[in-house]
Amino acid sequence: MDRRQMLQAASAASVLGLTAGCASVGGGAGGKVVVVGGGYGGATAAKYIRMWSDGQVEVTLVEPNDAFVSCPISNLVLGGSKQMADITTSYDNLVRRHGVKIVKDRVAAIDADKRQVRLASGGALPYDRLVLSPGIDFMWDQLPGMNKPGAQDKVLHSWKAGPQTVALRKQLEAMPDGGVYALAIPLQPYRCPPGPYERACQVAHYFKQAKPKSKVLILDANDDVTSKGPLFKKAWAERYQGIIEYRPKHQLTDVDAASGTLKFDFNDDVKAQVLNVLPPMRAGDVAHNAGLTTANQRWCEVDWLTMEAKAARNIHILGDSLQIAPAMPKSGHMANQHGKVAAAAIVALLAGRQPNPLPIYNNTCYSFVSDTDVVHVASVHRYDAAQKTMLPVPNSGGVSAAASELEGRFAMAWARNIWADTLA
Amino acid sequence: MKTILTAALVSGLLAAAGAGHAQTDPLQVRSWAAACANCHGTGGHAQPGMESLAGANKDEMLKKLMDFKSGAKPATIMHQLAKGYTDEQLSAIVGWFAAQKK
Repeated sequence: MDRRQMLQAASAASVLGLTAGCASVGGGAGGKVVVVGGGYGGATAAKYIRMWSDGQVEVTLVEPNDAFVSCPISNLVLGGSKQMADITTSYDNLVRRHGVKIVKDRVAAIDADKRQVRLASGGALPYDRLVLSPGIDFMWDQLPGMNKPGAQDKVLHSWKAGPQTVALRKQLEAMPDGGVYALAIPLQPYRCPPGPYERACQVAHYFKQAKPKSKVLILDANDDVTSKGPLFKKAWAERYQGIIEYRPKHQLTDVDAASGTLKFDFNDDVKAQVLNVLPPMRAGDVAHNAGLTTANQRWCEVDWLTMEAKAARNIHILGDSLQIAPAMPKSGHMANQHGKVAAAAIVALLAGRQPNPLPIYNNTCYSFVSDTDVVHVASVHRYDAAQKTMLPVPNSGGVSAAASELEGRFAMAWARNIWADTLA
Repeated sequence: MKTILTAALVSGLLAAAGAGHAQTDPLQVRSWAAACANCHGTGGHAQPGMESLAGANKDEMLKKLMDFKSGAKPATIMHQLAKGYTDEQLSAIVGWFAAQKK
């Protein structure tokens, strides 16, 4: 019996156990839920389970960080127009207003058969239903040089907002004028499709003001810009002519951190003063190590009606760690939506009700092409019962006509609202 | 046992799908409305810079959304999002927001 079979068997047992358990709670929505990961997906699920069960379901959120740090807007910290405090939100309101219990820890392993998670610091938390929102981790084995001592301290990804955001900003500040910042983008799928191109704009915006002889070199493994392509290319041509250079079809194969060199499969080596490497990504370790990355050992497949893992029916998975549905981006906005689908389904299932058979939700994603001007992409996704997946609604969604300050104001209003919706 | 269980799950899901087609239930509408909260605030109580929907007039909200959908009312983003919902779904969603306390 391999790990996946064990999980399936355990999940089967737990479904039977739950059915029996439902009788004893008499249709009420009692029960214990453990949520792993306090990002856009997990924090939203924790809050909404408490809200929608009228406080009947006990929710424990396991999160190692002291506060939530937003990836969206974090590129503006690199550009210099925002500070870390602007993108940081406390977990206090989840505790005070919603009665979520927070355990500051990491999950070492999932015991699906015992329905408990084991904590890194020791001890275990039992659950009736488990929510995993582990975000992404990196496939370092695909870039051997990055496993040398010190390489990951020198060549940053800054693709999880936090200390690396601050460290990359410091590298950019320390770089002499006339230097090159090189940004390597992996093949899709990766977290936040337009994020790298926004980052290029933000670094170029900083260089334009502070180091006008410096360059931003984008080395993209993809054939073309993967999101908002015409809008970004227009911004680069009109705002950052001579600063940003875009090179598609550059598949990174290795990094020599000591000499500051990027190596590609078909292209010449590139040396730069600041290297920013986004490695290939997969679902976060806690999901991967539990055998839940059923798509290519990389992403987690789920039932979109409940967000339950296909490999384990009472484990719900959210956000960037998912094998995405057609045209669904790996975004914080989408993770927040997943959190609400899971919350509604969990409250329903624990009370012996059926989950909503027709989830519909949207994605809006704003990118700053300067410190004030913004472009967006938006989409609406609806469950398709025949294909058992979320599909974009035909003739809905779209992108901005042009970058504007008005959308810049909406982008910050979006940020304030989604931070509050997730955490307050 | 796995086969029995799969059968049980499948029949459960079919039952769920069948129930949903008959009539939109309030919890379903609450879930649809929650997808608006990312920009318009939890329960439609918005943070500064975005329009609050909680307790707003149902007919006015619906007219606005229908105008976004038809293109009669220009927008940066709402004309694109409104097209993702049927008229009945939009009506149900604004009904839910109108019923919330301001």
